[in-house]
Amino acid sequence: MKFNKKTAAICIIICVIIGVIPLIFDKGAEFGGSDDAASDEISQITGTDYKPWITPLFTPPSTEAESLLFCIQTGIGAGIFGFCAGRLYERKKKNRDNDEL
Amino acid sequence: MSNAERKTIAASTVFAAMFCIAPYAYAMHIMEGFLPPKYCIMWGAICVPFLVAGFISLKKIIRDHRRAVIILAMAGAYTFVLSSLKIPSVTGSCSHPTGTGLGAILFGPSVMSVLGIIVLIFQALLLAHGGITTLGANTFSMAIGGPFVSYGIYKLCLKLKSPKSLAVMLSATIGDLFTYCITSYQLALAYPSKVGGVTASALKFLSIFAITQVPIAIIEGIGTALVVAMLEKYASKELTDINFLKGAVK
Repeated sequence: MKFNKKTAAICIIICVIIGVIPLIFDKGAEFGGSDDAASDEISQITGTDYKPWITPLFTPPSTEAESLLFCIQTGIGAGIFGFCAGRLYERKKKNRDNDEL
Repeated sequence: MSNAERKTIAASTVFAAMFCIAPYAYAMHIMEGFLPPKYCIMWGAICVPFLVAGFISLKKIIRDHRRAVIILAMAGAYTFVLSSLKIPSVTGSCSHPTGTGLGAILFGPSVMSVLGIIVLIFQALLLAHGGITTLGANTFSMAIGGPFVSYGIYKLCLKLKSPKSLAVMLSATIGDLFTYCITSYQLALAYPSKVGGVTASALKFLSIFAITQVPIAIIEGIGTALVVAMLEKYASKELTDINFLKGAVK
């Protein structure tokens, strides 16, 4: 696969389509986590309401706070990835493939 | 920083931020307290040799392949980003990709056990996503099982002379899917069904985790193939250095 603007655009569009399809066709679904579905399943199998034997030391106080923490994770990752990708891109552009980064 | 660099970073940040607006935030690893203690200890113990191998492998890469460290950083960052993206799926629930296929293909699977456990610890401590007691089980599924399968599939595809991008895509997809198959099996082992035992339970959990994961695994496959293609273009020297690309590239 050759990497250029066209392939990148096509790949990203396909990914977005795959991600959006369920949102369009499963209108009634609540899109909870698959692990919440799993804990319901555990309760069904054991026949009693399952109570975890230990609870997390720290739970984000609200879904908003949790989404902030998730964004930080994404941000750290995307920042490092983008920074490195940018450096590689610049090096190629300046035609100095042998430079160490 | 140059203009082009700035643009690349801005674009990647916007791309990442788009996913952050996802309206629902839930978790996919085995939750804290959901595995009985003896299973927590067992899975934790199984992980130890893989982690040790990972540390040794990491040390070697940093010592012998200094210039490839930037790629290592990118592989780690890729896992960080992907495992925070919760994507809605056909079953009406959300799950996230693992992003461990990329590093496994480039550096070998044991390295990912170390990079993966970092992500899992971050999520367990700060996000109440997964858990410290279930860390061993989650490490085994996401940071060991998935990468090893990815690596195996990748090598197999190359043996069968499939095009590289297809090999990368398949291995990342199947590795991701396999991670959740292991999770299902781990839960089934701990909670065998009264009728049908472990197998019946495993099928039930598989229907929750694995089916949800299929489209997400495909997204990860496409993304990983794209990243590898990008690296082949811009970092051919580094990839040759770690024997991912054969032959001298000027």
